[in-house]
Amino acid sequence: MPAVAVRNVEKAFGPHQVLNGISLEVNRGETLAVLGRSGTGKSVLLRLIIGLDKPDSGSVCIYGQDIAGLTLDQIGAIRMKMGFLFQHAALYDSLTVAENVAFPLQHHRREMSRSERSDRVTQLLAEVGMDGSLDKMPSDISGGMQKRVGLARALALEPDILLLDEPTAGLDPISSGEINDLILQLQREHHMASIVVTHDLHSARTIASHIALLNEENVVIEGSYEDLQHSEIAFVKEFLKQS
Amino acid sequence: MTERQITAAAGFPQPGRDAVLMSSAYHSVADMIAEPFEWFGNLGIFFWQVVRAAVTPPYEWRELVRQLDEVGSKSLPLVALAGAAVGVVISLEARYSLSRFGAKSLFPATLVYTVIQVMGPIITGLVVSGRVGAGMGAELASMKVTEQIDAIEASAINPYRLLAATRILACILMLPLLTLAADACGLLTGWFAQALVEPLSFHQFIEAGFKGATFNAFLPPTFKTTVYGLIIGLIACFQGMRTRGGAEGVGRAATNSVVLASLFLILADVVLVKFILVVFP
Repeated sequence: MPAVAVRNVEKAFGPHQVLNGISLEVNRGETLAVLGRSGTGKSVLLRLIIGLDKPDSGSVCIYGQDIAGLTLDQIGAIRMKMGFLFQHAALYDSLTVAENVAFPLQHHRREMSRSERSDRVTQLLAEVGMDGSLDKMPSDISGGMQKRVGLARALALEPDILLLDEPTAGLDPISSGEINDLILQLQREHHMASIVVTHDLHSARTIASHIALLNEENVVIEGSYEDLQHSEIAFVKEFLKQS
Repeated sequence: MTERQITAAAGFPQPGRDAVLMSSAYHSVADMIAEPFEWFGNLGIFFWQVVRAAVTPPYEWRELVRQLDEVGSKSLPLVALAGAAVGVVISLEARYSLSRFGAKSLFPATLVYTVIQVMGPIITGLVVSGRVGAGMGAELASMKVTEQIDAIEASAINPYRLLAATRILACILMLPLLTLAADACGLLTGWFAQALVEPLSFHQFIEAGFKGATFNAFLPPTFKTTVYGLIIGLIACFQGMRTRGGAEGVGRAATNSVVLASLFLILADVVLVKFILVVFP
């Protein structure tokens, strides 16, 4: 059974059709990179998978369960298995870096003692290279650092499924490389099903087991990077040429 | 092609300019009439989601305590000051009016009943609406536009339970206590303002003011402020959590929280006063 299965999903915002019959699957241990031009619905797709938006038609299944008709508390149980990194990290700006990472642990791991929670937070921040910034506020750290903290927070509950929205957007090449290495390392260690939305073809090539390219409300091609390279579809050729 | 172009191309007779203007005006008026109903409908749905979240565990006790401090302790100085000022104003006005009609002996009762039954609750409500309503509306709106509320939801935490229910409950619990504080300050300064002109001990003032009074005279007006708290918390959270539009949206949410909460608070007072007069004669 796939970890994430999107089947014939359609989504429109008013008169603007964003997704029109998209179908994708991701299994544990796989990383799917979703590429496409700006405005093709990549982030909307992630929001549908985590349940922040509902599709107009079609289904989004997490381990076989369609999440579209679930209540907030029912979908909460499924979200416990998922981690989400927002495009701009979405850190809680009134909490420190350590408190941000501890937030999901405080709510879902109430059996943990304070010292256990503190150790876990330090471990998570060390994994993303931010263990020297525990007491800093989000406004005191750079965008790239905020993304690292957001990634640590997304990993707090040891998710089976990781959703990453533009993890390297706005970062310099060295920082992007570090984030890519981190994602690969996490994949090796935790064997998660990951979906990464990105514009960065190099990043997609580095971390993904397969790539889906979106255009005009649907998936144009899905496969390995070599499949994209050998594709005769004009849009795919143009996308690779410009990247 | 527009609908007009399509029908023209198909050879259908075109509506005159007047008909088009009338149709446009009709739709504008229809939207204007529908908008308030839509707002109330969405508010009702929001309220139901909050109630459902509030009564199901896990409960957010830590956040509730934090909000009790935010709404209660931090509003106390402002509410006390407002109550004190109102007490002086009523004292000055009442002394003048009662003197004209030869009823100076009624001053203590006038001050006590006016402060506790009328001015204390409404002034407390309006002050808290301004301070807490704007703060809550802006805070939640800011969280909404920066995706922090989405992040809370993505972390499998119910934002209605964590953010809205705690704030609304804090407002409901704190308003009566803040009203008592405002009443106390108003009576104290009202007595003091009178005592500066005519010697009157505080004991005499209290005895005369509460002579013949029953709990029915004072408890219902104080506890009606729980409804004020519900209005302030509900509208501030509703406006904040459905904000769109960046900084402009945050500003609009803060302003609307105060304006709408104050308006509904005053309208609710009209209904509640009548209700109290009927149920607690």
